[in-house]
Amino acid sequence: MAWREIIYQYDGSFDGLLSCIYESYTQKERPTAIVCDGDAEPCFFEVRTVATVRAHAERVSRSLRRLSPDVIPLLRRVHLTCLPNKEMAIYRFVAKLYREGPRYLTRLSDDAYQPLLRAVHQLSTEVEHLRGFLRFSVFDGMLGAEIEPKNRVLPLLRGHFCDRCYNETFFIYDRTHREALLYANGVSRIVPLESFEIAAPDAEEADYRRLWKRFYDTIAIPERENPKRRMSNMPKRYWGTMTEFQEESAEAPPAAEEARRFRGSGGRLGRGGGRLDHAATV
Amino acid sequence: MELLDKLTILADAAKYDAACTSSGARRGHVEGMIGSTSSSIAGCCHTFSADGRCVTLLKVLLSNDCVYDCKYCVNRRSNDVRRTSFTPKELAELTIGFYRRNYIEGLFLSSAVLGSPDRTTELMIRTLSLLRGEYRFNGYIHAKAIPGASPELVYQLGLLADRLSVNIELPSEASLKSLAPNKTKRAILAPMRQIRYGVAESKAELVKYRSAPRFAPAGQSTQLIVGASGESDRHILNLTESLYGQYRLKRVFYSAYVPVVENALLPSLDTKPPLLREHRLYQADWLLRFYGFRACELLDEAQPDFDPRLDPKCCWALRHPEFFPVEVNRADYETLLRVPGVGVVSAKRILVARRTGPLHADDLRKLGVVMKRAQYFLTCSGQLATPLRLSYAGVMANLMAIERAALPAAQFEQLSLFDRVG
Repeated sequence: MAWREIIYQYDGSFDGLLSCIYESYTQKERPTAIVCDGDAEPCFFEVRTVATVRAHAERVSRSLRRLSPDVIPLLRRVHLTCLPNKEMAIYRFVAKLYREGPRYLTRLSDDAYQPLLRAVHQLSTEVEHLRGFLRFSVFDGMLGAEIEPKNRVLPLLRGHFCDRCYNETFFIYDRTHREALLYANGVSRIVPLESFEIAAPDAEEADYRRLWKRFYDTIAIPERENPKRRMSNMPKRYWGTMTEFQEESAEAPPAAEEARRFRGSGGRLGRGGGRLDHAATV
Repeated sequence: MELLDKLTILADAAKYDAACTSSGARRGHVEGMIGSTSSSIAGCCHTFSADGRCVTLLKVLLSNDCVYDCKYCVNRRSNDVRRTSFTPKELAELTIGFYRRNYIEGLFLSSAVLGSPDRTTELMIRTLSLLRGEYRFNGYIHAKAIPGASPELVYQLGLLADRLSVNIELPSEASLKSLAPNKTKRAILAPMRQIRYGVAESKAELVKYRSAPRFAPAGQSTQLIVGASGESDRHILNLTESLYGQYRLKRVFYSAYVPVVENALLPSLDTKPPLLREHRLYQADWLLRFYGFRACELLDEAQPDFDPRLDPKCCWALRHPEFFPVEVNRADYETLLRVPGVGVVSAKRILVARRTGPLHADDLRKLGVVMKRAQYFLTCSGQLATPLRLSYAGVMANLMAIERAALPAAQFEQLSLFDRVG
C-alpha cells in the first residue's frame, strides 16, 4: 500500500472508525493518524473528514467476522478504553490481521495485539470495580449516581444495573465523558450531557449515609489494619464518589462545590433533549 | 435504643467472621422484586474496610445476647458488653435501603444463641421470610446455621438463603472441648452433612422440575480460627481438604485469631493476630482448589507448618527439583500450573499463544507470567529463562528477597544474621 501522509477525522463512533478503515483500503492509503472531530491540531498533513457510512462499516465488520466472530466485540471494547491513540492501535491491529489471517489471533504477545488486550483488561477491571463502588442516592424514589471513570464504562455497566435495578428508575452520570445512562420502565438510554447537578440529600438519604458510614467504620478490625491492602484492592481514585469517604458533616453529595440542585437550570440534558426527570420516564 | 447504636453493636459483634462473598448464585431480576444476584459468578466487592477485607454483604448479628460461653468469643455470656437485637422489620428496611443504594450485594445474617439453637433459628427464619416476602428482596442472603438446631428448621432456613454456613471455628475436638464447652464436633458436623445432601437433592430435583424449591443454591462454607489453639497448618489443611471433598464446601475461610479476652487457655491479649500464617493458608487453599495440589504434597510430618518466608508453591517447587525445569512450549496445562509465577490465566494464555510459534522469555512476560519467580523453573525451547545458573540456596535466597518487600517487616526481625539460608 502506498504511504500517503494523511490524517483521517471521524465522528468518534465505532462505525465511523470502521468507515475510516474502509476508506483506507479503497483509497489505497495509510493514515498517519485517525482523530475525532475537533481534536485535529493544525499541521502540514492533509486532513480528510471521513463520513460515517453504515454500509462501509458493515462491509469491514463482515470481513472481520469472517476471520473470527470474536474480533468485532474485542474492537468495540478497545474503542471504549482510554488507550492513547486507540484508533491507530485498532487500525494497525486490523491491518496485521488482514495480512496474516485468523492465526494471528493466537499471537497474544504480539506488539500490535497485546496493548489492546491489556487496555481491554483494564477496562474490564474498571467495570468490575464500579459495579461495586458506584453509590446511588435516592431522590424522590429515583436513584442517581455519579462516577469518574478512566474508560467509557457506561455501555458495559448498562446490562448489570438494568438487571439489578429492574423495577427502579435510575440514572448514572459519567463526569469524565459527560454522558448519562438513564433507565426507566425497562428502557435504557445513554445520552450526552454537558453538565449535571445533583440534588442535596433529604433526611432519609442522609440517615442511610450515616448508617452506612458507621457500618463501614465498625466492620474493620483495628488489630488487622492494612491501608496498603485496602488501597490496592480499591484505588483512591474511586474514593471521591463513595459515600463512606465523605465528611459526615457535609450534607451534600461528593461533588459538592460544582454540583448543585439538578432540577435547576443546569439539569437539562445536552443533545439528548428534554429535562432529565422527563427523559428518565421515556 | 436507636438504630445507629444497634447497627454499631451488632456489626461490631459480627466483624470477626471472615466470610463475606456473594458468589455462587445466579438469579436474574424478577418482576416486582428488588434486586438480583446475577452480577457475576465470582461475586462483587462493594467496598474494602480499613483492614483491606472485601465488604460485600451487610454483615450483622440478629442478636448478640448469647447463652453460650465460648472462651474465644466477644459475645460469650460472661463478657460484659451491651446486648441488643434487631427486630425483623428494622433489619429488612436496613437491608433494602443499603441494597438499593448499591452499598451491598445482600445480607449476611448470623446470630448469638438466643435461648436455644431452635429459637434462634426460628427468629432468623422469621426475619428472612419478612425480607423475602413482604419486602420483596431478591438479592443475596448468607445465613448461619446454628449448630444444634433441628433439621426441619435448617431446611427452612436453606430455602430462604442462597448460602448457608456452619462455623467449625476450632479445628479439633480437643480444642472445642476446652474452649467451647457448649459445642461438640457432632453438633457442628450434623447440619453440615444435612446441607450437603440438601443441596445435592435440590439440584437433582431442579433438573426434573423447574419449580422445585431451591435449597441453598450457592452451597455452604465454613470458617476455621487460626492461632487460638495449638493445631498445626498440616492439620488445618488436611481438614480443609476433606471439607472440600466429603462435604462439598464451596469455601473454607481462615480467620487469624484476634485476642479479645484474657484466658489461661488462650494466647495472651498482646499477641498479634497471625496474619501471615492466615495468608499462607489462603495461598495453600487456592492451590488445593485451582492448581490441582493435594494437602499431603504441601505439608508432611517432617514439615507440619508453612515456611513464613516463602509461599507454599515456591516451597513445593524447591523441594521437588526433579520436576523442573519445565519446558514452556511443550508442557501440559497441569504441569504449567505447578510452576511458581504461572497462574491459571497465564497458563491458559500460554496454551493459546504457543500454537503459532515457540515462545520466548520476553513473550511470557507479556502473557502475564511473573518472571521474577518463574525464571528459575522454566525453559523456553530448551533455553533456561535466566542467564545465571544458580544453586538451590541461591534460588531460595532470591525468591525470599522478592517476598520480603511485600511482607510486614516484623516477620523478619526475629531472624538472626546467622540463620542458615536454605
